[in-house]
Amino acid sequence: MDVNFQFDWQAAIASLPHLLTGIPWTLLISFGGLAIGFLIGIIFGLLRISPLRLLRWPATVYIEIFRGTPVLVQVLFIFYGLPQLLGGPINAVVAGIAAIALNAGAYISEIVRGGVQSIEKGQREAGLSLGLSRTDTFRYIIWPQALRRMIPALGNQGIVSIKDTSLFSVIGVGELVRQGQVYIATTFTALEVYLMVALLYLAITLSLSFALRLLERKGLVGQ
Amino acid sequence: MNDSQQDSTAPIVTMEKVNKYFGSLHVMQDIDLEIAAGEVVVIVGASGSGKSTLIRCVNGLEEFQSGRIVVDGNELTPHGKGGKSLQTIRTEVGMVFQQFNLFPHLSVHANVTLAPEKVRGLNNAKAREIADRLLDRVGISNQADKYPSQLSGGQQQRVALARALAMEPRLMLFDEPTSALDPEMIGEVLDAMRELANEGMTMMIVTHEMGFAREVADRVIFVHDGRIVEEGTPQEVFDHPHHERTQAFLSRVLKH
Repeated sequence: MDVNFQFDWQAAIASLPHLLTGIPWTLLISFGGLAIGFLIGIIFGLLRISPLRLLRWPATVYIEIFRGTPVLVQVLFIFYGLPQLLGGPINAVVAGIAAIALNAGAYISEIVRGGVQSIEKGQREAGLSLGLSRTDTFRYIIWPQALRRMIPALGNQGIVSIKDTSLFSVIGVGELVRQGQVYIATTFTALEVYLMVALLYLAITLSLSFALRLLERKGLVGQ
Repeated sequence: MNDSQQDSTAPIVTMEKVNKYFGSLHVMQDIDLEIAAGEVVVIVGASGSGKSTLIRCVNGLEEFQSGRIVVDGNELTPHGKGGKSLQTIRTEVGMVFQQFNLFPHLSVHANVTLAPEKVRGLNNAKAREIADRLLDRVGISNQADKYPSQLSGGQQQRVALARALAMEPRLMLFDEPTSALDPEMIGEVLDAMRELANEGMTMMIVTHEMGFAREVADRVIFVHDGRIVEEGTPQEVFDHPHHERTQAFLSRVLKH
């Protein structure tokens, strides 16, 4: 095949300083959203296994709604839809963090539920039989073991959410993809720039994978 | 200190007309039982007879539907409503499980010190001192920094015993403590239990080890279909069983 195109490494490298300005936003939205999503996930994951139906069903409703609709629709709803209700604009970065938090929170709720339920009931019984309160049994016995089992699934969710932030270019957040689009608009070097964008995402997600693998290996002592 | 602890003649466990159902299955039928301080009671019966359920009711791991259970002056009421007294009972009643149920994420040492620290509020040094003494007693002191998965089944069960004893219980419950062990490890666990019995610990033991029961028990209780069918000294129950159910059961388990 006759390829009449030269990959321009210099153009690729030249785009880096501009692309790197998107990284802080990508990281802020990803990790800000994931941190809040983790809190949401703990709360709703535990509500979902509550013995009280009154607590279970709101958790189920939340999880099904945010797991069953696209993140893109969620962020468009928050950024363009909610201001009509609130009567004032919402900051695009705030909208992005909220969308990641709500979406990841729904998935993490299920991860938390599965993790906690995977702990043998004998562990709880052993804790209670020693006189530990239900709260302490959960805190010192169930949760540490559940968290360890949740790490691979949490890692997956982290990677998914980091990539989801690329959608927020549509609401004008200056994240990685948005910076690429802006740069390409003046240089017309789409091939080079999108390759660099992809590599930068890979750098972020691989770092996360690596960190989690370390954590998991260290955490596996005693299992 | 409550009154019952000063009165040495009061039973440590009293069960009165205790009934429990799993759905429509009547797993405990009008159970009346008293356990005196220092008494070693072995509960035998076929699987599914309700013997494990019986001892699990004593520390509230199972709810019951009617009757009452008093443990060392603290009363458990039906449907799991024990509140404060349930927690008190659990701090005074130790339990050893068939599957050991050691905490896999904690070292052997931490398994033993956890409850004394979190429940009794002991400082770490004091809790370590207790753990060292108990682990030494069950012959595990040189493995204290290992994790449960690095120990044999027999060793794990001895750690579980030390963990329960660290709370200085007034009563110990054993739910088939050797049933999950390889045959060559049963002896070491029974030895530790025998030693505990000789020191005067009050014990309720569910086991299939009839030789051990005969040797250690003050009283043997035979349970069938959720009822106490027969009870007495080991000699009475094992050598001269009155009830035909007891005879049938013993002829099956003593054959091999």
